[in-house]
Order: sequence, then structure tokens, then C-alpha cells
Amino acid sequence: MTTTAATPVQPGAGTVGGQAARSPLLRLRRNPWGHPWFLEGFTWLYLLWSIVPIALAVLFSFNNGKSQSVWQGFSWRWYFSDPVNSVLHDPQLRLAVIQTLRLSTYTTLIAIPLGVAFALGINRWRGYTSSTFNFVMILSFVIPELIFGVAMFFLFTDLFKSVGLGTLAETLGLVTWNVSWPAIIVQARLVTIGRQYEEAAADLGATQPQIMRRVMMPLLAPAIFASAVLVFSSVIDDFVIVDLLNNSVGNTPMSVYIYSQQHGGNGGPALNALGTIMLVMSFVIAIAGYFGYRVMTRGERIGTQQALATIAGA
Amino acid sequence: VFWAALAAPGIIWLILLFIVPFYVVLAIAAGQLNQLFGTPIAAWNPLDWSSANLIGVWHNIVGSGAFVGPIIIRTLYYTAAASVISLLIGYPAAYFVARFAGRRKALFLVLLIAPFWISYMMRMLAWIDLLQTNGYVNKVLTFLHLVSHPVNWLGGQSYTVILGLVYGYIPYLILVLYAGLDRIDGALLEAGRDLGLGRVRTFLRVTLPLSRQPILTGMLITVLPMLGDYFTNQLLSGTPGTAMIGNVIDGDLSTQAFEGQGAVLSMLLLLALVVPMIYYVVATNRSSREAV
Repeated sequence: MTTTAATPVQPGAGTVGGQAARSPLLRLRRNPWGHPWFLEGFTWLYLLWSIVPIALAVLFSFNNGKSQSVWQGFSWRWYFSDPVNSVLHDPQLRLAVIQTLRLSTYTTLIAIPLGVAFALGINRWRGYTSSTFNFVMILSFVIPELIFGVAMFFLFTDLFKSVGLGTLAETLGLVTWNVSWPAIIVQARLVTIGRQYEEAAADLGATQPQIMRRVMMPLLAPAIFASAVLVFSSVIDDFVIVDLLNNSVGNTPMSVYIYSQQHGGNGGPALNALGTIMLVMSFVIAIAGYFGYRVMTRGERIGTQQALATIAGA
Repeated sequence: VFWAALAAPGIIWLILLFIVPFYVVLAIAAGQLNQLFGTPIAAWNPLDWSSANLIGVWHNIVGSGAFVGPIIIRTLYYTAAASVISLLIGYPAAYFVARFAGRRKALFLVLLIAPFWISYMMRMLAWIDLLQTNGYVNKVLTFLHLVSHPVNWLGGQSYTVILGLVYGYIPYLILVLYAGLDRIDGALLEAGRDLGLGRVRTFLRVTLPLSRQPILTGMLITVLPMLGDYFTNQLLSGTPGTAMIGNVIDGDLSTQAFEGQGAVLSMLLLLALVVPMIYYVVATNRSSREAV
């Protein structure tokens, strides 16, 4: 959240110290203690621990057998070959994939305009109300999802009873939970671009809507794009809200399906296939998001690390 | 007026779907039970508020035969253990990547960020596969003769749940720590060295004090969701012996007669977390203002 959009070039990047840190030879000379091999080994161990189990889980989605823990040869059966139990042919699994995509699309389409407009309004309209709601917005980043989900559950079962549980409730909940991405990222971008472009346009006689369309939208495009990527992928991976707000097979997304089938037993490699599909979706979006962001900001001096951090929502 | 009009839809949305919902929870927590149907009746008017649910929950926490009290203690124990382990693993890794990764920093960052893009369920599924009785963990351990019989990891073991929590939430901690450590000005470390401090003492006297803030916010960002977690232990153990407070709340929602209790518990949890949450928001606000 802290290094969003376009913060200036990192301090010290052009100085002697910064260059020395990048050149191993200079670093060795400057640093009589040598490379911290122990720390590096530790870091690699951590990374192995964090990645190998998932690689194995992906592998087992191709298992030619019913086991999730004993390898029995390669096959596509859990994706499409099996006429009954594959993701393609089992209606529940297929519906779960569709539901996830549906929720991601709906949520992104609603949350982005809502959040961007909110950010613009709040940022330019200074006052007690705006700072209060900004605070509420950031609060949704830290409040445990279960507490929020419980509140949503009661809202749709006791107050807005006509909404009830299901896709509409899930979408409304997810929009509320994710609208802070565009709201915060766009605000950070507004702070860095300042007001001079707007004022220049106004001096040249542009009206407020013209400034919005011709000046602000192009300047904000990278931030809007990055937040859309984040919202879409957070919805794919979301679990708690949809777990509390779904009520039938037709509105159960992938994460909830994996959870409901797996706990208390062996759910079979079809679940690994489902998980792998989620993973591939997220990675495709992340990679497309990263390169899209680089292309959109190519006129600016944004480093690899910064673009990575933005796309990760850090 | 133009700007207010732009912000209005978002504000109305937040009121209806963020602030009102919490009032609904309050109304249900302070409501009563319809004795005939066993359904909760929300008390919309504060004058009708009753403390029946609150008293019921209180007896479940401290009374004789209380079942919620031990669960709260277990939740605190799991969360504390998991977040301390996360810090012990996460700090060295974040420190290495921020200070010493050099030209390979982008590679390390990609690997550190990767878990963010992998669904929590998939990551838990991975461990369920590995920890099964005939899974790879047991195979390796029996092969090395470290255990004589396969261990029943998924049969309700506290350490499995704690490790699951660590695995689930450590990426968030590491990223916060990395961002904080990366921001430390290299000149300060050089100053420490020039004044004759060795590597260890530079770390203790300069880096560690400067990373107090990232450690605090990083711990918060892992502790807060852990306290509301009900799925990790459900997947990795599934027995009441490892239940956390989240399981009680989640379970309450599936029976209408217990919805009032669930509402009270989630309100109490929210109350307990208000101070750390506000601290987190203020702290991140301040540091982002400094960064700009």
C-alpha cells in the first residue's frame, strides 16, 4: 500500500552507495564480512518450502489414479478425459469454475467505477466526511474477513431479505470488500501526479467533464488497470465471503467447492485440477497485469521492482 | 459539488453495505430468540435491546461447563505461536532479500510474491496431500528412520494447525517486512560501520530498531486474519480439539437458534480488535505520507 503507482526514483539509486550495492565486486571490497551465505541458504529453504508443496499439488492434478498422495502416472483425466468425474464433465465442478469467473467479472465491473469515482471525489473534496469515509475504506483492509462476512450474512438474511443468499449477495459482498483497491491505488496516483495538469487544462478553457475525460483518465489509466487486475484476482482467491453467502450448487465458486469437498477426507485429484485451474487463471492475470502495467507506464521511470510491487498490491 | 457527486455513490455504498451491516449484527446480538420457531428476532430499536444473548455467551465463556472459554485460549495460543514462528522465518528471509539480494532482487521478489497469487485453498490442499498417512512427508520420515510408523498428521494435531497458519499467512508478513527493510537508508548502515560496528552490532543497533514499525504492522497483518480463521484447522484437522473462535462463529451461523450467539461473538471479536486495527490504519497512513 505504501509504494503504489509512481513514487519518485528510490533514494540512493544514483549515488555511489547504490551502485556499489549492485556491483558484486565493489560490494566485496566494501564489505569485509563477505556474502551472508547462511542467510541466503535460509531464504532458499524458505522459498522451497513455500513453493514445492504447491508444485506437487499441481502434479497430482495429473495423476492417473484416485489418490492425491501416490503417483500413478500422467493423465488428463481429471481435467477432461474422464466422462464423469473430470472438471469438464462433472456439473458441480464445471459450475464452480463458471461461478468464480462470473463473480470476478461482476465484481470488477462494479467495484472499479465505484472506487475510482470515490477516490477522485474524496481526494479533491477535503473535509470531515471525506476523511471519515477514507478511514472506513482502509479499515476494510484490516478487519478480519470473518467478521465482515458475518455482518454481510446477517444483512442479507435479516434486513435486505429480498436479496437473500446467492450470487447477488456474493457480488455485493465482494464489491464492498474489494472496492478499497481502486479507491486507495487511484488516490495514491492522484497524490503523485499533483494538480498542475488539471489547472493547466482549466486555464486553457476545458470544462470539468472535459478535464476528466481528456486529462485525468489517461493519467489515471495505469492505476485503474492495476486495481482491476488486483480486484479480479482477489475475487478468484476469495473464500470467506463466498463461503458464508453461497447457498446452492449453482452459486458455489471453486474455493468453496474445494473446501467443502476436502475437509474430512480425500477429495480426489479433481480438486487438485480445480486448484490448478485457479492458479493458472491468477498467474495469467498477474503476468498480463505486470506487462500491461509496464506498457502503460513506459513513459515514466518505473523500475521492475516497483511495477511488481504495484501489481502485488504492496 | 462536482467532487461530492463523484464520491457520493461510493459513500452511499459504504453506508448501506459496510456500516449498516454492523448495525444489523448489533441488533441481532442484542435481540432475542423466538421461542416458538427458534429463530432470532433482531432488535432494531436500541430501547428494545436485551442482554440475553450476551449473558448466554458470557456463561459459555466463564461458567461451569463453558466451552467457548478454552477455545478462546486455544485461539490466542495458536495465533501467538504461529505469528512468532512466522516472524522468526520471515524476518531473515525479508532481511536477506532487502539487503543482500543485489541484482537477483527481482527474482527473489517474484518468488516471495508468488504465493499471493495462489489461492489459500490450493495451498492448504497441497499440505493435505503431503501430510496424508501415505503422503510424502511420512514416506521421507520413515525412509530416514526418523519415525517407525507413519504419523497421523491430519488427525487433530495442534502443531499441524499452527504450521498451516504459518504457511498460510507468512507471505503477507514477509512483504511488509521487506518493504520496511528496503526503505532503510543504506547511509545509516555505512555510518554504523564507519563508527566501528561489526555486522552483528550494526544489525542490532541500527537495522533492528529501524524495523520495529514494519515488525509491528507485519505482525498485525498476520494476527488479525488468523483470529478470524476457521478454515485452516477445519482442513488440516477437522476435530473439535483444535477448534478456534472462528469455528464457533462459523458454526453458529448454520443453526438459526445460535445466530444470536454468533452475532455476540463476532461483535466481541471486533471490539477486541478495534484498537490494533486503528493502530494499523494510522501507522500505514503515516508511512505512506512519508513515502510521498
